[in-house]
Amino acid sequence: MEKDPNNILDEVTQGEYKYGFYTDIEMETAPRGLSEDTIRFISAKKNEPEWLLEFRLNAYRKWLGMTEPTWAHLHHPPINYQDIIYYAAPKKKKELASLDEVDPELIETFNKLGISLEEQKRLTGVAVDAVIDSVSVKTTFSETLEKQGIIFCSFSEAVQKVPELVKQYMGTVVPSDDNYFAALNSAVFSDGSFCYIPKGVRCPIELSTYFRINAANTGQFERTLIIGDEGSYVSYMEGCTAPMRDENQLHAAIVEIIALKDAEVKYSTVQNWYPGNKQGEGGIYNFVTKRGICKGNNSKISWTQVETGSAITWKYPSVVLMGDHSVGEFYSVAVTNNYQQADTGSKMIHLGKNTKSTIISKGISAGYSNNSYRGLVKMTKRAENARNFSQCDSLLLGDRCGAHTFPYIKTENKTSIVEHEATTSKISDDQLFYCNQRGIGTESAIGLIVNGYAREVLKQLPMEFAVEAQKLLSISLEGSVG
Amino acid sequence: MDQVGSLNALNTGIMDGTTTNYNTREALLKLFDERIAGYALNDSPELTAMRREAIAGFASAGFPHTKMEKWRNTDLTRVLNHDFKFPEAPVMAEVDLEEIFRCEVPGFDTHMIAQLNGWFIERGAGLSQAAQGVVVCSMAEAFEKYPDIIASHYGKYAPVKENSLSALNTAFAQDGVFVFVPDNVEVNEIVQIVNLVHSADPVFVQPRNLVILGKNSSLRLVHCDDSVDDQVGFINAVSEIVLSENARLDHYKLQNKNDRSALVNNVFFHLEAGANLSTNAISLNGGLIRNEVYVRLNGRGSHADILGVYLMDRDQHIDNQVFVDHAVPDCTSNELFKGILDDQASGVFNGHILVRKDAQRTNAYQNNKNILISDKAVIDTKPFLEIYADDVKCSHGATVGQLDSEAMFYLRSRGISADNARMLLMYAFAAEIVNKISIPQLKQRIDDLVKKRLRGELSICDQCVLHCNSREQKVSFEIDMSKI
Repeated sequence: MEKDPNNILDEVTQGEYKYGFYTDIEMETAPRGLSEDTIRFISAKKNEPEWLLEFRLNAYRKWLGMTEPTWAHLHHPPINYQDIIYYAAPKKKKELASLDEVDPELIETFNKLGISLEEQKRLTGVAVDAVIDSVSVKTTFSETLEKQGIIFCSFSEAVQKVPELVKQYMGTVVPSDDNYFAALNSAVFSDGSFCYIPKGVRCPIELSTYFRINAANTGQFERTLIIGDEGSYVSYMEGCTAPMRDENQLHAAIVEIIALKDAEVKYSTVQNWYPGNKQGEGGIYNFVTKRGICKGNNSKISWTQVETGSAITWKYPSVVLMGDHSVGEFYSVAVTNNYQQADTGSKMIHLGKNTKSTIISKGISAGYSNNSYRGLVKMTKRAENARNFSQCDSLLLGDRCGAHTFPYIKTENKTSIVEHEATTSKISDDQLFYCNQRGIGTESAIGLIVNGYAREVLKQLPMEFAVEAQKLLSISLEGSVG
Repeated sequence: MDQVGSLNALNTGIMDGTTTNYNTREALLKLFDERIAGYALNDSPELTAMRREAIAGFASAGFPHTKMEKWRNTDLTRVLNHDFKFPEAPVMAEVDLEEIFRCEVPGFDTHMIAQLNGWFIERGAGLSQAAQGVVVCSMAEAFEKYPDIIASHYGKYAPVKENSLSALNTAFAQDGVFVFVPDNVEVNEIVQIVNLVHSADPVFVQPRNLVILGKNSSLRLVHCDDSVDDQVGFINAVSEIVLSENARLDHYKLQNKNDRSALVNNVFFHLEAGANLSTNAISLNGGLIRNEVYVRLNGRGSHADILGVYLMDRDQHIDNQVFVDHAVPDCTSNELFKGILDDQASGVFNGHILVRKDAQRTNAYQNNKNILISDKAVIDTKPFLEIYADDVKCSHGATVGQLDSEAMFYLRSRGISADNARMLLMYAFAAEIVNKISIPQLKQRIDDLVKKRLRGELSICDQCVLHCNSREQKVSFEIDMSKI
């Protein structure tokens, strides 16, 4: 029997969040609140050099003078920055040399999440850096990678091992006073991933970081730094989940990518933080600054993101196209449901000659959610023959949700070409009818259409992620089209 | 006009030129305090209250500045830094309008109303359809004769809080044009409002217009903004235009100002069910032009076409802000703005379509296309959609580029010189908007002006206030195919 399409819509949009469990691990935390002492505490915990502490304190002082941005199309109660625990780490007794020494609880947690920390999963060919709450717990395959000269480790490890690289590049793409949340992160960042691909090396396996917020009342502030040296290639993936809690948790991360001459960095994210319940309670506030710089000629940075989680997403992965002939790409599917709010998009700053950028953004909003695309394409005077194409489409599933598009285009020279187009619509009755009359039920038809709609972006994902992303998409939207 | 007396009094005080930089918010507030008592003598108590509310709105917001989202690309400070005066009403006997202005559109038979420095100027012949109840008069007169219409419409569409320049206008406005078309009347004559600034001193002008179209009525309205000399001036105009059920309005704005002038034109359209609006902004010249168009689609089945073309060069700045508010279901809107920017000219387009909750079956389209001719020209475009209903079709596009190289090649390969080919393509680019003008004489004239403009003649001749070449004979502006 044919179901009422409205019910199907409800069902589609009411899939449960299946990563909402909590693992009881012995934790070590900093006292609540933010002050110079907290920062000194974090820095001391991580045994950091003086310059890094200085960097943090500097950022903190700048942060004190800044105000939270209000321009985004987002509404949330004020965040009490003194009520957050800025450091939480699974207690570890000693340096981990092998997987056997990792807390079995932790391994269990990651197994539940479907993330293999075990070497036997070598066949999947993915090196994983697992970050729980604020701290990297385990990086797999690092020895294999080391043979090629690739450095893939936690950020704090990199600070100890290759301080000169960290010092040279950290904060060059996202300065510590770039914005409110970047300053906060620069002051209190706890850990994250660091990746360096040497000259001419093509990273043989996918690198991956898995972020998990576990402890209550904590904020997660990780920092990722990826450096692609001349002629190198790397594909990097990031995933994230969090337990279900009634209160909102803050996640303010920074990702910096540097691509030198002829380097290519591909960064994929499947963001699935806890989005809050159907009444809009709880969920993660996701305020992330991601930016890459194509420093050398012929370099390329590509962002792909599938955003299904978080109560609030505030995220604009950007590329500064500095080298001549460099390429920036941004592919995004953002799904909001219930009371989720997303304000996301991309910035492409063209500085070099013959630079090219592409922005493909697909927004899907359902329930009472609001989904905004916000982007900037800037062609500076020097960017001769630069080219941009942007397309941002929105799909509305339900009559209580909102879809908004805020594209900014600034052109300062006569040879560049910028094209922007956007559409907003619901799934058309024609399309549904077409499927129905060929014997495809409304529910499958909706799934088909939504997947087809997002296909352009999903096909950019590495295979391991594409499967997960497609599943996520169908779960996030289970039952949602009328 | 009985306000002349009080106006002489108004033109004293801090307007004497003794204060520099009078444009500060404080100076205006002080001026308001000095004048409000004088205004109140002629105003209704409601209007006085409205002025007070408006000045409070302006006081809290101040002049727009580049930190404001809607003003981030238009910097008013460069045009505000003058020792402006509020002009007094011209003494009718001394004004020879023919001397200072004459309509440049040949064969354009209109009912022309002039505004000089913001003041309505009485002209000889009345409107032929006055007997049917069509009214075209000064705002001052309307306040006296039609208090009911004023009470229900004046200041009802222009906000005094969010828009500080509109608030400033409401606080100080003294005169403007009032047009009233009763139900079921189709106005045959084209009503042409010519807004002139002619003064020895820099003037700050606050014209205020109100146009009411009754049910099933129709009107063609051409609104020209011209400079007649090279003096610095700031026009801060507000027009409120109401289209009742099934009314039709064909509205044109022609802007041909000097390079030292600033023009901020706030137009608020309010459309009831079945109303049909077509508004076309043609900006050919002007130091700083900002057109803010607000269209509220307030009744089912209403439709708005919002078009614009701008051709700017030298240091000119054009800013088109369009806000289309789909408040009810089943409305359609269509926006198309095209511009060519040369030299150091800068352009801004900011389109905003709002589809409110439950405004289902909305169909809205928005497009902005730009061509940059020089490396110093800058364009900022932001087509913005805000949608809260699901059964909608909304799309927008924006392009910035140069002339199509393949089209250039095609023309060159057929023996057309590079200059001519470039001109043909630019002309074709602008023609998409020009061809939509439904008044033949006006279309012809704009067509000519665009051609002239593209050849660079307009900036030399029409910029010159003498109008020597357009006084008597009609110049042929055709593209001479034999030369191509």
